[in-house]
Amino acid sequence: MATIVQFENVGLRYGTGAETLSDVSFSLTKGGFYFLTGASGAGKTSLLKLLYLSQRPSRGLIRLFNEDMVTLPRDRLPLFRRRIGVVFQDFRLVPHLSAFDNVALPLRVAGGDDRDIEKPVNEMLAWVGLSNRASARPATLSGGEQQRVAIARAVIARPDILVADEPTGNVDPEMAARLLYLFDGLNKLGTTVVVATHDLHLLSRIGGATMMRLDNGRLLDPTGMLRHPPQNSVVN
Amino acid sequence: MVNRFRPSAADRRLLPEGRLAGPMPWVIAIMMFLTILAAAAGIALAGSARNLGKDLDARLTVQLLEPNAGLRDAQASQILIGLRRLAVVKTAEAVPQTQLAALLEPWLGSEGLDGDLPLPLLIDVELKRTAAPDIAVVRELVAMIAPAARIDQQAQWLQPLSNLLKSLIWLAIGLVTLMTVATSAAVVLAARAALNTHRATIDVLHLLGSSDSQIAGLFQRRIALDALFGGLAGLLLALIVILLIGDRMRAIGSELLGSAGLGWGGWLLLLTLPLIGALLSTLSARITVLRALRQIL
Repeated sequence: MATIVQFENVGLRYGTGAETLSDVSFSLTKGGFYFLTGASGAGKTSLLKLLYLSQRPSRGLIRLFNEDMVTLPRDRLPLFRRRIGVVFQDFRLVPHLSAFDNVALPLRVAGGDDRDIEKPVNEMLAWVGLSNRASARPATLSGGEQQRVAIARAVIARPDILVADEPTGNVDPEMAARLLYLFDGLNKLGTTVVVATHDLHLLSRIGGATMMRLDNGRLLDPTGMLRHPPQNSVVN
Repeated sequence: MVNRFRPSAADRRLLPEGRLAGPMPWVIAIMMFLTILAAAAGIALAGSARNLGKDLDARLTVQLLEPNAGLRDAQASQILIGLRRLAVVKTAEAVPQTQLAALLEPWLGSEGLDGDLPLPLLIDVELKRTAAPDIAVVRELVAMIAPAARIDQQAQWLQPLSNLLKSLIWLAIGLVTLMTVATSAAVVLAARAALNTHRATIDVLHLLGSSDSQIAGLFQRRIALDALFGGLAGLLLALIVILLIGDRMRAIGSELLGSAGLGWGGWLLLLTLPLIGALLSTLSARITVLRALRQIL
């Protein structure tokens, strides 16, 4: 399997404080499904920020799509960001846009024509059960509905990597299963999925998923199986 | 979102439409109103100064102070004949005594102008318009016929007025420049405020893959519309004021004020000022937004 993401000895420090992430090394393969777990404050969101190119690391190497993201010129970042779908923990919906327009954003950013956008956006809204709320603004949606809009926005452009930070935190178990099914479907189409979660029940729902566990900013990988190729011959 | 020059309706919705609600268009309207007035004043004064210089550079008055009327008339006839033969002279005419009396009547009254009061005889001379009219030959001729005669160059005694007009033109240019700088500064502040207001939206757009140029396009379009609206409102108000002032100046009947027209070029420049303002505002906004976005990853 091809490596799509590679972290080597990555450290992240905000300002002059202690390192939030230290010596994080792992590889994600194309089409892999990964769960990122760890206690609150372990560094999950910081790791995801590095993954969806919202931050550059303080040290170490990050390669995405075979390009060095640490030295990549700033003006080339947008093209890489368009290949990554993100479900933010706080949703980050644009408050003055309808659910439809929020979901359509990635397609519009990529230069999609309005006529070509309408059908896929409506289909996506139907899939997350929000067809009847297409014209509603985020402030009038419940927490769960906002989360579903955020997920629909993250997957609408069929990203190469989907990064989700606690994507099922505000939805009922039935909707959580449905959303996970959506991620699984996307994964089967070749998208690499990384889901940060506290919900250990989710882990059992996706067969073949890999678990990544963060503890105090360090990635626990005693067997080396998070490296590609795996570094421990026993795992092989 | 991507077409910077012709954003779709959906693109326009990316930033909430608050046009005319904020103070920005009205600030630009006031600035443009003052700029157009200052520019109009500058253009009109420049026209006046040009006409004044053109008229006065080529005009002389010969004053014959001989008290003996017979001798004075003889000197006048000889000088007129001599002047009309000179190559530099276009016209030379004696000012009629009735016209001179009319000029003095406010001070002396109609009864004070009896035949015993010696009045000077004036000859108006218009020289041919050349780069530097040679008046030495005129002086020589007049001195030969009437040594006591005086020659006044009109440009000399109107020089202070001409200098004042030039100073006022520079003042107008300075005011237009200051107003342009102030408008640009207001646009920069408005763009920064808008960036702060929409920071969350900009962050999301960035993370979804929007380029700086795409985001700047949204802001510059909004500010261009505000500037255009403000500019046109300022232009409309300024035109009303200019037309009213022009009407009052014509009513005075002064030759100097009457010559203070704007001309087609001047009107055209005033009408294009809102467009120039909108372009400058758009450029200022774009540069400000791009600089600010570069601070964000």
